[in-house]
Amino acid sequence: MEKQNQKGWLYLLPALLFLGIFMVYPLFDVFVYSFEEGYNSASQTFYGIGGYNYSYVLHDAYFLQALKNTFILVIITVPLSTGLALLISVALSSVKPLRELFQTIFFLPYVTNTLAVGLVFMILFKKTPYSDGLMNLLINCFGGSSVDFIEGPYWAKMFVLCFYTVWIVMPFKILILTSALAGVNPVYYNAAMVDGTGRVRMFFKITLPMISPMLFYLVITGFIGAFKAYSDAVALFGTNLNAAGMNTIVGYVYDMLYRDGGGYPSYASAAAIILFAIVLTITCINLLVSRKHVHYH
Amino acid sequence: MKVVLSHLTKTFPGRGRGSKKKEDVVAVNDFTFEIPDGRLVGLLGPSGCGKSTTLNLICGLQKPTEGQIFFDGEDVTQLSPQKRGVGMVFQNYALYPHLNVEQNIRFPLENLKGPEKLTKEQMRTRVEEATNLVQLGDLLDRKPAELSGGQQQRVAIARALVKLPRVLLLDEPLSNLDARLRLQTREEIRRIQKKTGVTTIFVTHDQDEAMSISDLIVVMKDGVVQQIGKPQGVYDNPSNLFVAKFLGTPPINLFDGRVQDGALLIGGEKVLTLKNVPDQAVYAGVRPEGFTLSENGPFTCRLSRPEVMGRDVSIVSTHPASQNPVVRSIVDAESCEHLSGDTVRFSLNPRKVFLFTKDTEARIPFESV
Repeated sequence: MEKQNQKGWLYLLPALLFLGIFMVYPLFDVFVYSFEEGYNSASQTFYGIGGYNYSYVLHDAYFLQALKNTFILVIITVPLSTGLALLISVALSSVKPLRELFQTIFFLPYVTNTLAVGLVFMILFKKTPYSDGLMNLLINCFGGSSVDFIEGPYWAKMFVLCFYTVWIVMPFKILILTSALAGVNPVYYNAAMVDGTGRVRMFFKITLPMISPMLFYLVITGFIGAFKAYSDAVALFGTNLNAAGMNTIVGYVYDMLYRDGGGYPSYASAAAIILFAIVLTITCINLLVSRKHVHYH
Repeated sequence: MKVVLSHLTKTFPGRGRGSKKKEDVVAVNDFTFEIPDGRLVGLLGPSGCGKSTTLNLICGLQKPTEGQIFFDGEDVTQLSPQKRGVGMVFQNYALYPHLNVEQNIRFPLENLKGPEKLTKEQMRTRVEEATNLVQLGDLLDRKPAELSGGQQQRVAIARALVKLPRVLLLDEPLSNLDARLRLQTREEIRRIQKKTGVTTIFVTHDQDEAMSISDLIVVMKDGVVQQIGKPQGVYDNPSNLFVAKFLGTPPINLFDGRVQDGALLIGGEKVLTLKNVPDQAVYAGVRPEGFTLSENGPFTCRLSRPEVMGRDVSIVSTHPASQNPVVRSIVDAESCEHLSGDTVRFSLNPRKVFLFTKDTEARIPFESV
C-alpha cells in the first residue's frame, strides 16, 4: 500500500511541480508582497511589514475609481447578459427553421478578436472631426444631439463599456443555455401540458429549475469574468485608463506594475488581494443563494 | 364519462430515402370505439401497433389526421391538452424532479384558473384525498429520486387524479416495475379505478396485465383494431389468428391442418369431426387447456417431458405439423401419473380449437359433431 502511494505521488510530481511553481508560489508571493512596506524592486529590499500597502491602495483615488467602475460593470452586465442570453436561447429553441444560422450568428462575437471588436465599436461610437459615429447618427435621427461616447461624459463611456461587455460574453452563455434547454426531457413539458399548465408558468416552474445548474454556472463565471475585466476597457479607451476615468481593478494592478516604469509590486499585490477577497465573498454568497434555487438531479 | 373515438386516424410523414418512397406511416387507422362511462379499458398490442399514439390522441398531445374524439358528446378533437381535463400517467412517470411529492401532486391544482381556482385550504384537502387514495401519506416531503419505482408510480397516479379528471390515461403503467410489484400495482390500479369510478384507458403490451384488470380490452396491430370485447370473451372467441396468438399464457399451439370431408386433419390424423366447413387448408389453434390425456385419443405427439407446476402439469411434446417448436398442453396432475413411453395421446376439446384461413388468417366458424 505504502509503495503504491509512492508510485502515485511520483506520477503526480510533474503536474504538482508545474502547478506549484507557476500557480501556488506566485499566489503565495503576492500575499507576501502585499504586506512588505516600501519594497524596492531594484534592490529587492523593504523597510518593514504591515498593512500600509492596503491603506495606500484604499485611499488612492484611482483605485476607488477603478473599484466603482468594476462594480458598476459587474452589477449591470452579469444579470443583463445572462437574462438576454436566456431570452435568446429560449427563442432559439422554439424556432425550427434557420435555427443553425441564428446560432452561428450569435456565436460570432466569441471567435472575434477583442481588439478588432474594439475597433468596430470605435467606428460605431467614436466622435471624430469627420464623423460622429453610427450611434450618433441614429441619435440624431430621433432628434437627439450627439454624444461623445469615447471621450465624453462618464455615463456615456460606461454605457459603451457595458454594451461591449454584454455583447462579448453573450455568445458563450447562449451556447451553454441552448444545450441546457435541449437537454430537458420533453416528457416533463407533456406532463405539464396535460396538467393544464400555461406557457409562462411552465417556463418558471419547469424550464427554469431544470436548467438552473447551468444558469448558476454562468452567473458564477460571469461574476468572476466581469470582476477581472481589463482588456475590454483597453480596447475601447486606450491604455491610459486612469486618464479616461475608466480603469478597472485589474487595470489598476497592471498600471501599478508596469505603467510609467511601474515598480510598485506591493501596491499591485494589495489591490490583487482585495480583488480576490471581493470575488471570494461574491462567490460564497452565490453558493449560499444557490442552495435553495439550484436543483441538481 | 363516455369517450367516443370516431374514425380516428393518425399518419406521420415517412422518412424513406432513395429507392424507398416517402410513404406516410399510418400509426392509427380508422379507430372507432365507444368507451362506456366508468370502465377500465386496456389497449393491448405489440410495440409499434399504435396504442400509445391512440392514448396521445385522446389526451391531446397529438392531433389526429382524421376523425373525431368526443367526451360525453362534446367534440374535443381540436382542444389543447390543457383544456381537456384528462389525467395522464406517463410510462416513466414524468414526476418533476425538483419538486417533492406534495408539490408534484399539487401542481395540477395550482394551474386551475377562474371559477375553478382553489384556495390553499381546498388544495390541501384535495392533495390529502389523493395521497390517501394511493396510500402515500408519509412520503410527502421526499423528492422523486428518493422514492422506489412503485412509490413513484403511485405519486404519478395521485397527480393524475388530484384534479378529478374526466378520463384517466395510463401509458404502460407497469412496465418499469419488477414482477412482484407489477402484480401488486395492477390490483392497486383496479382498486383506485373502482373507488373513483373514473373512465380509465391504459396501454400495455402485456396481455396478462390487460386481461386481469380490464373491463374491456382492445387488441391492436399495425394501427388497426383487431378485436374489442371483454377479456374472457376475446380469449374464448378470437376473431383472427393474431388475436388468438397474442392472448393467453402459455400461448396457443398452432398446427398446419386440413379440413377434408367434414373432419379436421392434423398431420394425417383425424382429430375432430366438423360440420359446415368447406374443404381447405387451415391453421388450427389449440389452447393448452384444450388437450385431454386419453389412451385412445386421436392426436399423437412425441413426448419431451412433463413440467410440474403444482396444481397442473404442463406436458411438453413435439408434433411434426406444429408451427411452434414445442406443443404445450396443460392437464390435471392426477391424470398424468402413468405417463410413459415416447408418445402421448390426446383428445381435443372442440371449444378450445380455432380454425383460421391460410390466406386472410380470419377465423373459420365451425360446429363440431
